[in-house]
Amino acid sequence: MLQIVGQAVLRTVGELGDFTAFTARSFAAIPTTRRLMRRTIRAVYEQGVRCLPVILIVGGFTGLVLGLQGYYVLARFGSEGLLGTLVSLTLTRELAPVLAALMIVGQAGSALAAELGIQRNSEQIDALETMGIDHHGYLITPRLLASLLVFPIMTSFFTLIGLVGGWASGSLLLSLQGGVYWSSVFRAVDPADVRECLIKAVIFGLLTIAICAHNGFNAHRRRGATGARAVGASTTRAVVLSSIVVLATDYLITSMLV
Amino acid sequence: MSDVPPLFLDVRGVRKVFDGVAVLESVDLAVPRGSIVTVLGKSGTGKSVFLKCLAGILRPEAGHIVFDGHELDAANADARAEFRRRCSYLFQSNALFDSLTALENVGLPLEQTTRLRDREVRERARAALARLELEKFADHYPSQMSGGMQKRLALARAIVTRPEIVLFDEPTAGLDPVRRNAVFEMIVRYQREFGFTAVVVTHDVPEALAASDAVALLDAGRMHFAGTPAAFAASDDPTVRTFRDSTADLTATVAALRSGHPSSSAT
Repeated sequence: MLQIVGQAVLRTVGELGDFTAFTARSFAAIPTTRRLMRRTIRAVYEQGVRCLPVILIVGGFTGLVLGLQGYYVLARFGSEGLLGTLVSLTLTRELAPVLAALMIVGQAGSALAAELGIQRNSEQIDALETMGIDHHGYLITPRLLASLLVFPIMTSFFTLIGLVGGWASGSLLLSLQGGVYWSSVFRAVDPADVRECLIKAVIFGLLTIAICAHNGFNAHRRRGATGARAVGASTTRAVVLSSIVVLATDYLITSMLV
Repeated sequence: MSDVPPLFLDVRGVRKVFDGVAVLESVDLAVPRGSIVTVLGKSGTGKSVFLKCLAGILRPEAGHIVFDGHELDAANADARAEFRRRCSYLFQSNALFDSLTALENVGLPLEQTTRLRDREVRERARAALARLELEKFADHYPSQMSGGMQKRLALARAIVTRPEIVLFDEPTAGLDPVRRNAVFEMIVRYQREFGFTAVVVTHDVPEALAASDAVALLDAGRMHFAGTPAAFAASDDPTVRTFRDSTADLTATVAALRSGHPSSSAT
């Protein structure tokens, strides 16, 4: 039993070390990677533009539901006027960074893990090595840099469309005046809340894209699976691990910043 | 004083182990500059592993690889980088980037490893495509091209950096005899045109004997034979004969089976 636990701990520590070295090596490749800006812009398109529709849809419905639920709860205490406060703080502090990160992981992160896994399987990554191209700089670095930009922007969009959703629920579908809703929004949100929201977004972006890239890149090292099955397993693991890390990190950051 | 030119690539005692099993026990290979050297061997004897050890994709557990007088090992990063700059590798699967067009695939090594401007990269990539008669397919993706065209595209990418040595991993795998001939003809033609040194790994004996300056037979983790194609063709060594004369042996075996005397089949 002790041996099993010990092996699991050693394996986890080894994987953490490997992941840290992988991420550090990707950032270390920044000065030597050619045409990095061009590839980063492409990664911004993959992570940002392609994910924007799902961010807007999920953000809108999240705001609608928050507005609906919040209105009836607050109405019990005669405090419907605080609906804007409830929706804005819930979105800014927690839901927007977390849900936006999960949506981007589901769409762009999984695609990244699968793409790198297939590139590994079809020897495209080995080909880069034989051509003298730093595969970290070419494949990973642009994605990590893009995540630092895309996640805060997507989170901001999520928050804005969520606020509109809350307004639509409270003011269009129910009987709250729009002015009351928006004034409570502006009164409730501090710069510190926005800062917390963006810090979370940046950290979630870096961690999740690095996890997805690491899993796809090392698809060939998966035990008990090879070929297409290894790519599938790595993609699944990337998404599950990223989702767990988002929620765990959210708790840690919140407990530090509250 | 010896007038023998120094070897361009000198491999001695390369050993590679996977999960405790030695795929390569102790492999030697001598490659003179400007020659085509073919490594023959049955499937699963470690030919591709050997080539990947040469390219630095796999690290051998033991042995020496000396390229143009410089030893390539983990401690000598500069020599390894220099080797990569002067070497190209043609993968068995071609390893083309399926999300890039033919032009982008060929331009990739120039774009990422040189300081050439975009226009120069495109011009040189187009010239490489033209040499391999692929200029009309510059905007096609690899998936839109036939197997033979993909092979030529991979070769265009391999030669665009003007390498001094090209490693070919099973360049004719999965091709019919006519296309196999065409691939070897292509290797010889471009080797003469560009003057690179070629190391080819294959199990196509007739084509290898016709196209190579030297052949080696990898068997049981060692180079069992190394010499000229004529010496290989004339060798009485049982291992060489088994590999070289496998078609004749099959014909004899089938004839014996059909005549009802399986015991007289060739060994």
